[in-house]
Amino acid sequence: MILSQILGGKGGALAKKAAISSEATAGKISIRDVSIVYDPEGARVVAVDGCSLEIPAGEFCVIVGPSGCGKTTLLNAIAGFHGVSSGEIYMDDQLLCSPEMTTEPGADRIVVFQNGALFPWKTVLDNVTFGPLIQGRMTRKEAREAGHELLLQMGLSGISHRYPSEISGGMRRRVEIARAMMNDPKVLLLDEPFRAMDALTKTVIQKYLLDVYDASNKTVFFITHDLEEAIFLGTRVIVVTSRPAQVKKVINIEIPRPRDFRVLSSEYYRHLKEETLEAVHEEAQKAFEAGEREMA
Amino acid sequence: MERDELDKSIEAQSLAEQGTQPTLPEEEREPLTWEIMFSRIKYALRTSAPYLGVVGLLSTLLAYWLLTEVIKAPLFDKVPGPVAVASEWFSHHPMFRISIYSGIYYKHIWASCWRIIQAFTLATVLGVPLGLFMGWKKVFKDYTFPFFELIRPIPMLAWVPLAILMFPGYEASVIYVTFLGAFFVTTLNTLLGVESIDEVYFRAARCLGSRPRHLFFHVIVPGALPFIFTGLQISMGYSWFCLVAGEMIAGKYGLGYLIWNAYMEFQEPVLIIAMITLGFLGWFSSALIRLVARRLMQWQVREIAG
Repeated sequence: MILSQILGGKGGALAKKAAISSEATAGKISIRDVSIVYDPEGARVVAVDGCSLEIPAGEFCVIVGPSGCGKTTLLNAIAGFHGVSSGEIYMDDQLLCSPEMTTEPGADRIVVFQNGALFPWKTVLDNVTFGPLIQGRMTRKEAREAGHELLLQMGLSGISHRYPSEISGGMRRRVEIARAMMNDPKVLLLDEPFRAMDALTKTVIQKYLLDVYDASNKTVFFITHDLEEAIFLGTRVIVVTSRPAQVKKVINIEIPRPRDFRVLSSEYYRHLKEETLEAVHEEAQKAFEAGEREMA
Repeated sequence: MERDELDKSIEAQSLAEQGTQPTLPEEEREPLTWEIMFSRIKYALRTSAPYLGVVGLLSTLLAYWLLTEVIKAPLFDKVPGPVAVASEWFSHHPMFRISIYSGIYYKHIWASCWRIIQAFTLATVLGVPLGLFMGWKKVFKDYTFPFFELIRPIPMLAWVPLAILMFPGYEASVIYVTFLGAFFVTTLNTLLGVESIDEVYFRAARCLGSRPRHLFFHVIVPGALPFIFTGLQISMGYSWFCLVAGEMIAGKYGLGYLIWNAYMEFQEPVLIIAMITLGFLGWFSSALIRLVARRLMQWQVREIAG
């Protein structure tokens, strides 16, 4: 709510300086019949198999599935960390990867990692200004000003000269989201970003992410295996099968935004949770049994 | 909800729209390095560690004195005791010309230090970039690493005769052997440092638009620093080891030469003086590296302090 007031105003000071735009015009992700196979010559581990998914620009799309089911593999392919074995991934009708080519990772689709990846040797401000500086989009002075302003707006100004090791885990995650937003990405890719957090910190930071999302309307590709988180954050929840990952069920979450924690106790929410749980539980069971066989 | 925060944000926004720089909230001042050090010393003096250290040193000295000069125990009967050493070391008219008042003592010290400075600097200037490069370019590492693994296990003493053959004069050969010792340690630790960097930082940097040179300067170099400095500490110790070995065999000045010469000429107190001096110099040079490391790696200093 706070952020939307600050960031959302079209043509607002921040929207210009830190390059945050509020209209979702770009960032459509289209995954077409993608398969990803590790070690195709030898062990042939099929991580993703025939997965198709359309994510419209500006959607908060949450992927839910059992551990080790290939969700992260899919995210890595979108990010450009590795290629696909068959099928294509497009962003705004521009080919990102196919079996023949993989587009290098870039600032148009930024990953927020599971365990955090702020550079420990850079201060919070230097982390946030890193993107625009090395891309040559801003001078040092401009970047520092924009960075200061963004941190101020995101409620992080008091820690701009601290090192990541000096601030709490929740703060670090907020800084990492700020670092991503500094680059005005088309897509935010979040790989179980709140996994290692305690329940209380998690609720605070989820609300924070929602504020950022409501203000910027970026496309978000969010991986989790926490169902409450998935329903609370997402516009759509995609349940994927245990490895190899395929789309099992798509659940539309019709809770109006901006959302707050009151929705967590509503009847509609409980109904959605049951529906999701049913779909996920089956897959979790399969994954568990497959795990047992592998062990034996 | 969060009334205050909301007010503050709105205030900041209106300021920003007026075109004035929003005033940053008063940040608490970061402690300076010397302040951190001072507070750490103050803290250390409140614990028992420094006092126990002093007691330990004094009792060792006492035992040394008892063994050598009072009881004259077997094995220790030829070792000069603390009184004999001190009466040479702090004398205005030392019997063997080696005391804190004699110029020749400092000449030996300086000869050793100067060789260490040259060899260590050369090893660092060559070893760190080489290690970084080996870690950065896999192909380059594949070329060079087997060679390193073959050369490294050769004890440095084995290099001395070859060094004397290769270089004109003793000076260059002693420095060469010292350099070699430090060089391998520095290079391999730097390589290890690069390889220890978590892959996630490379990925994050690439996501943010890094080209290879950005990866090098913003991820590889700072990421490897902790290992580089561990390597430099080890390399400094190894330099002194190689230096003394080299000086014992070749050279006219230096603490290694002094020790060997004192042994040959039955100047036992000088032997002990030179050994203790080496101990002090080794400790001092190591502390110097730690100091530079703290300067360059503020993020680790703060982590410990905070």
